[in-house]
Amino acid sequence: MMDNQIQNEDIYTLAPHHRFQWEEAQSSYVILFPEGMVKLHGGAGEVIKRLDGKATVGDVVADLKATFPDAENIEKDIIGMYELALSKTWIRKV
Amino acid sequence: MTQASLGESVVQKTIHATQAQNNGVAASATQTQPLWLLAEVTYRCPLHCAFCYNPTDYDKHTQNELTTEQWIQALRDARKLGAIQLGISGGEPLLRDDIEEIVVEAKKLGYYSNLITSGVGLTEKRIQAFKDGGLDHIQLSMHDITEEINNFITNTKTFELKKKVAAMIKGHGYPMVLNVVIHRYNIGHMKEILEMADALGAEYIELANTQYYGWSLVNRSQLMPTKEQVDEAERITNEFREKSGSKMKIFFVVPDYFSDRPKKCMNGWGEVFMIVTANGDVLPCHSARVLPNMQFPNVKDTDLGWSWKDSPAFNKYRGDSWMKEPCRTCSEKENDLGGCRCQSFLLTGDAEAADPVCSKSPHHHLIEQAILDSRNPAIAAQPIVFRNDKNSKKIIAGELNDRVDEFHALP
Repeated sequence: MMDNQIQNEDIYTLAPHHRFQWEEAQSSYVILFPEGMVKLHGGAGEVIKRLDGKATVGDVVADLKATFPDAENIEKDIIGMYELALSKTWIRKV
Repeated sequence: MTQASLGESVVQKTIHATQAQNNGVAASATQTQPLWLLAEVTYRCPLHCAFCYNPTDYDKHTQNELTTEQWIQALRDARKLGAIQLGISGGEPLLRDDIEEIVVEAKKLGYYSNLITSGVGLTEKRIQAFKDGGLDHIQLSMHDITEEINNFITNTKTFELKKKVAAMIKGHGYPMVLNVVIHRYNIGHMKEILEMADALGAEYIELANTQYYGWSLVNRSQLMPTKEQVDEAERITNEFREKSGSKMKIFFVVPDYFSDRPKKCMNGWGEVFMIVTANGDVLPCHSARVLPNMQFPNVKDTDLGWSWKDSPAFNKYRGDSWMKEPCRTCSEKENDLGGCRCQSFLLTGDAEAADPVCSKSPHHHLIEQAILDSRNPAIAAQPIVFRNDKNSKKIIAGELNDRVDEFHALP
């Protein structure tokens, strides 16, 4: 499945009809879409937050590494989140 | 509107993502939040669908609807409690002329808002106002691919209108979310219904097998398909998913009468779901008012936070401490929380009994009998009682008692 492989130079953005927002009542980021919602735990929210339709996967990884210098093996988790979000169609490739 | 759409699959979908939990204590001591708010803004409806879950005595609640200001206040209060997905439903919500104002407020408050409609009353002018106001999506009910069945089951001539409205929704850049309630009269057209949805460009379609509450319970013997038909419909749905290459997401809501374990109704009483009805009653599920000895709060006289967290009604069936045998010691009780309290009461007369859908229930024979009745030509040939004001008045007056007397409350 080459289509689903996350490449460093790829750019992703939120899929149409999806909304990403901070929910104070739950102290977490959520993705909202017709008929459903997903609560994102810490790291996952940080990844989605950075998908502005301009930043490449490489940019996002670099930014997160800089923001969380103590986190180990972060790149694998970030790519994992991209893969999950893509398989759930929360995001799309620009 | 359709009960299954919000009553089951949607709640389950939410939960997979949020892992809301409650260990059997009051919401004030847990993280329980009403993530889903369903605003049943009116029970008036131009359609007369035989499968409607609305209360059969809805005619009592058509003269005392909440005002625009009361709805806006309820939206604000629910948002503070953590409500985020808003369904604007009915009846037919478009019969109110203030939906535009409600939509604007919902947007301002940060809700993801959904108008659940038959499409009757949706005009270019109104949909443009909804778009400008920030309504996030519109869920349109469809009934069949044939004009004959659409018009028959809704008891109205609305087939052409549905197609027009579908195009209007798409034309305004909304996701196409279709809901099709499945029953004896359309279950044989599953493939064609899926093809129609795909051709309309639907992003989501919910195939909601009828659940038996309200008008659909009165018409249960007339609406229920056979087990073989349900299995075939599911097979066709799965085949379509695999083969079509369609991007359409398909939700198939399994009918509980044909499974041997009950549904985890509303994902648990007072867990994630809150309904405010046309007259302001605050309920944990669509049909809770059938339950005896329950005083449900009303937004006109109580605070929504108290209603959700502390009212006796919302705490009554939270968790599992209320359970009786066989549920109490059942190893599977966490899976379904004993099923649906309303279904238990309507069919057995005891809201705390196991949902009779469960094969472990001592009342399971009631479900088996209902399935047999639906295959009995003499019973199935009784006329459908369509959902309309005249029939609601008759049911309130006791004139249709022969159709409801086997139930322990007016459905």
